[in-house]
Amino acid sequence: MASGVKPRVKVPKKAAAGEAVTIKTLISHKMESGQRKDKEGNAIPRSIINRFTCEFNGTMVIDVTMEPAISTNPYMEFEATVPEAGDFKFTWYDDDGSVYDTSKSIKMA
Amino acid sequence: MEFSRRETLAMGLGAAVLTVLPFRVNAAAEDMIAEFTGGADLSDSGVELTAPEIAENGNTVPISVSAPGATAIMVLATGNPTPGVATFNFGPGAASQSASTRIRLAGTQDVVAVAKLADGSFAKASAAVKVTIGGCGG
Repeated sequence: MASGVKPRVKVPKKAAAGEAVTIKTLISHKMESGQRKDKEGNAIPRSIINRFTCEFNGTMVIDVTMEPAISTNPYMEFEATVPEAGDFKFTWYDDDGSVYDTSKSIKMA
Repeated sequence: MEFSRRETLAMGLGAAVLTVLPFRVNAAAEDMIAEFTGGADLSDSGVELTAPEIAENGNTVPISVSAPGATAIMVLATGNPTPGVATFNFGPGAASQSASTRIRLAGTQDVVAVAKLADGSFAKASAAVKVTIGGCGG
């Protein structure tokens, strides 16, 4: 597991039924592209998060396939429909097999 | 400074490789588009790509894509060592088929977005981004 990985997610606390909410996510991860070289000229092996998904009560909102061209500390912003109160589940999949997840609940206004 | 015959030949070879390389990179991007679309034609409307005209730092270039009704959007950086950037697949819970992220660009180049629209057709948009400092660790 890459060290210091910390997901941060911003979801509104409340929403009206059927409302579209904007979700912002950021996860601290160095996203080593595999293109860089160290001082001795050896290539630093690739180590990135290759997939991110967001689900709301089991319904898929977005599923992103990520390549090395995504910046350090990957940031994602997107919109989701909230039909009822429930939980957003966010999952990041690392190259090394680790899975980072977090969830946020949202209430009806 | 004098060059030996061997050095001159090597330089000529290097220059030839440099001129050929951009075409090969573009070909890699075109291959990825063909794989994504299955060789279908690309229309020019239906997808929007927002990127800055000038990016001071190629390490983190904010972009956003939007394609109403699309099921998937693929983003490519044609001038990067590997052209793939990200593929956004939208599920039934998505309120709008749009997303923003930050990407790395190795240098001044075109960023391309290809969207798979609801009716199964494909649309393409591109934006030229000038990069002052490249983002692939030189």
